[in-house]
Amino acid sequence: MSEPDTGTAGNGEGAPAARRLEVLRPGPLSTVQDLGRTGLAGMGVGVSGAADRSSLRLANRLVGNPESEAAVEITLGGLWLRAHGVLTVALTGTSFPATVDGRTAASNTVLTLPSGSELRIGQCRTGMRGYLAVRGGIDVPAVLGSRATDTLAGLGPEPLAVGTVLPVGRAYGEFPRVDAAPVTPPPGGDLTLPVLPGPRQDWFTDSALRALLGEPFEITPDSDRVGMRLSGPPLPRYETSELPSEGMVSGALQVPPAGQPTLFLADHPVTGGYPVIAVVLSAYVAVAAQARPGQRLRFRAVREPSEY
Amino acid sequence: MRILPCADAGLLVELDELEQVLALHAALSERSLPGVLDLIPAARTLLVSLDPERADRRALAEEIRRVPLTGARSAGTGSVGDQPAGGELADRGLLTVPVIYDGADLDAVAELTGLSPREVVDAHTGTEWRVAFGGFAPGFGYLVGGDPRLEVPRRAESRTGVPAGSVGLAGRFSGVYPRTSPGGWQLIGRTELEMWRTDREPPALLRPGVRVRFEEVS
Repeated sequence: MSEPDTGTAGNGEGAPAARRLEVLRPGPLSTVQDLGRTGLAGMGVGVSGAADRSSLRLANRLVGNPESEAAVEITLGGLWLRAHGVLTVALTGTSFPATVDGRTAASNTVLTLPSGSELRIGQCRTGMRGYLAVRGGIDVPAVLGSRATDTLAGLGPEPLAVGTVLPVGRAYGEFPRVDAAPVTPPPGGDLTLPVLPGPRQDWFTDSALRALLGEPFEITPDSDRVGMRLSGPPLPRYETSELPSEGMVSGALQVPPAGQPTLFLADHPVTGGYPVIAVVLSAYVAVAAQARPGQRLRFRAVREPSEY
Repeated sequence: MRILPCADAGLLVELDELEQVLALHAALSERSLPGVLDLIPAARTLLVSLDPERADRRALAEEIRRVPLTGARSAGTGSVGDQPAGGELADRGLLTVPVIYDGADLDAVAELTGLSPREVVDAHTGTEWRVAFGGFAPGFGYLVGGDPRLEVPRRAESRTGVPAGSVGLAGRFSGVYPRTSPGGWQLIGRTELEMWRTDREPPALLRPGVRVRFEEVS
């Protein structure tokens, strides 16, 4: 594969600074995401960033970017783009049918988009989210140190729309030797996620924890980057007083009074006022973020201390 | 003190009162703790958010338990020995917030507190408040140090759209809504100050440690 970053695009498109992606169709929700904002919780700003962080990291590695570079997070597909300047890109996460000027383009490989070419990303059959990284990164202005769109806090760039132009940054560092990564696409069907009970499992009855660990929970359509509303057996509370708001983490299973849990994802609120019965282990939050409405989640408790 | 894990993503430290939370937050802020990404104080808890690949939860829990919290006293009530009050919150200056006291719940607050609306306004403007912590939304600060007579419960039903700039009361806290959002606080007035702007440094006017004076304007 040729090195596309040395010199100009060769077709009159000009210097690398002019390299960009133009949105022809945005699909249901496409946003710019990186690894988000840390250390700003004191101002009420959450981390946000890619919902499936491991897929974002992989996409960046494939095109030789730092893992934290901004890329496009594609929800369910339907994103069509035009390249201006020759661009090196990679598509990871869920598996999309994709074409470059009509020719099939595989996921988890390094792709070259000739200047003027059209990348059309169709709808995925399993999974929820894919990542399109471009060598040099998506170079929109950072807000509070990150280019991520926080859909809850209203921070960062607007979701992609027809005509949105995404500038591409200058590439640096060596181009990687790998040009394909062996990755299994997200599975359909039931998923089992490891959880650690708590921090507030003592606010629930014993039967609530048994139900959480014994029964499946279906992902409802009321799910987004903030969290996934789940539907399953009710998780009754033992302690019925009001919980003073407290800090929340990604992967938390927060239970409002109605007894149906919400699994918090990337744009979750910094603090919440309902008790968390259990938390999905960090490495599996990305797995959860790829599950779609109608799929069922099962939770398995890991053996670790529930208090230090 | 209880230290409750949030799987491998955090340690939720539960304390008896806000003053201990602020003292622990101040103490941990000064240390460089491997694997700690952020500290998120709230009314009775401090969430220590962790990088699961770098944090040793057991060692961190031990270190947290060793932090002395005995100097903590009520925020805004002066000093205890050598310790500044309010859990050693760094002083980040005084912000004057001009308020038009025409909030939809002013009469309800008067009724709940047994004060007249005039006395509610005088009590709200009569003390210096201080931002203890944030969290509800970017730019929202939970203010403490108010007149104890102003302690009121949240509204029984929250509103779906509280306008930006609304000044409210809930529990022992006061706060200003940085943007239009749902909310259940008792609204006593409004300010035209823009509490949150990302094109300004710092974007939030109300940050932990900022002292606040409310000033009545018409």
